[in-house]
Amino acid sequence: MTERLSNREGIKGMANPTRYGIERVAYWLQRLTGLGLLAYLIGHIIETSTIVHGKIAWDKMLEFTQTIQGHLFLTLVIGMCVFHTANGIRVMLGHGGIGVGKPGQPEYPYKASSLNYKQRLCIWVSIGLAALAMMYGASVLFGV
Amino acid sequence: MAVVTAQKPSEELITIGKTSTQSDAITLRIARSNPAEGQETTYAEFKVPVKKWTTVLEAILYVKQNLDHAVAVRYSCRQASCGSCGMKINGKPALACYTKVSEIKSNVITVEPMNNFPIIRDLAVDFKQLTSNHKKIKPFIINEESEVTPESKEFIQTPKDLEKFLQFSYCIKCGLCNSACPTMATDTSFIGPQGLAQAYRYVADNRDKGKEERLKIVDNSHGIWRCHFAGSCSHVCPKGVDPAMAIQLLRGYMLGFQK
Ligand code: HEM
Ligand code: SF4
Ligand code: FES
Repeated sequence: MTERLSNREGIKGMANPTRYGIERVAYWLQRLTGLGLLAYLIGHIIETSTIVHGKIAWDKMLEFTQTIQGHLFLTLVIGMCVFHTANGIRVMLGHGGIGVGKPGQPEYPYKASSLNYKQRLCIWVSIGLAALAMMYGASVLFGV
Repeated sequence: MAVVTAQKPSEELITIGKTSTQSDAITLRIARSNPAEGQETTYAEFKVPVKKWTTVLEAILYVKQNLDHAVAVRYSCRQASCGSCGMKINGKPALACYTKVSEIKSNVITVEPMNNFPIIRDLAVDFKQLTSNHKKIKPFIINEESEVTPESKEFIQTPKDLEKFLQFSYCIKCGLCNSACPTMATDTSFIGPQGLAQAYRYVADNRDKGKEERLKIVDNSHGIWRCHFAGSCSHVCPKGVDPAMAIQLLRGYMLGFQK
């Protein structure tokens, strides 16, 4: 059977975080922030390399970071960085089988132990830390 | 789009339980398609009378019996044991026989074939990939002494030994996990949560002596390392198998974090 007929959900389904609880939202955010950070890293290398075009080009680049859009952009980067790191640690421990619960007799209504409150709490803490860091970052950047 | 209105409730629906005679009706939207014949998906709508205890499968069978015999659906046990009736119910994979109409907070129920499985026709999907991936991980105990001879002694397992794998052995191969998995959505060669969880079921069994062979099979780029622990498989599993846990424990074992 060709893949065209396979009824695979494809990227649209993979990137749809709405149906399978907070764990799937965390998966989606981890991807999004990972790609965002990668884009930032590439952008950052391009930005710092403007110095080879002389001081004027460099200063122009720096000017962007002083604008409101620049501040908002950096605030977003702070948030992505904090969420990705905190949730990344949860995911790495999980991948090692740590904090995913213990096998046992499943009881109706069969709540999965790997989707336990510790995992959910860690996801919310990651989101909360990202929000706090963004608020702090914004207050410094905007000089409140 | 075919719209058929039911004239009378089926006998089965009237006679189950005499306590309540009133019968609500729902609109059941069934995805109809036949990809091999080039027939794209259309949605046929049916009015179906339901009771508090009517399952989605019963509603579909009502349509088959009374309104449109041609609806293709696979089912057998009607009690969440055979794993045949997986489908998307209002967008989420579930067993039709294990989902009551009354659990769904809507008068319109849309049933579609599970994603990540090729469609045969309408709601019936092709399980070839799932069964071949399941076979690939050698879902049996590998142990030279497993042949029963007159001299055989029983293999003693403590309740603790049993608990390590029992939960994972409840898998009914319904494929809901594979259909919810985000990796399965894009990777055509991924073993999938069903197969990976079963690999762990045997790795965790102390009667099994085939760990090396089995680990070699899952240790590849479309195997265990493709799981991102999104947990969607465990979210939809109707038997509490918790494939996400099995996969992380297997990976932990392979990385040396778990015994
Ligand atoms: C302490 C810092 C970091 C930690 C703990 C961390 C952790 C992780 C983990 C565990 C994953 C895998 C998630 C999964 O399996 O789905 C991941 C994915 C990823 N990370 Fe990071 N990361 C960090 C920093 C970064 C940085 C600085 C970048 C970018 C330059 C980055 C870019 C990515 C990308 C692109 C992915 C792939 C996303 C995916 O496939 O889902 N990460 N990270
Ligand atoms: S692990 Fe659960 S969802 Fe997956 S095939 Fe087995 S019973 Fe179905
Ligand atoms: S008919 Fe057997 S699992 Fe639903």
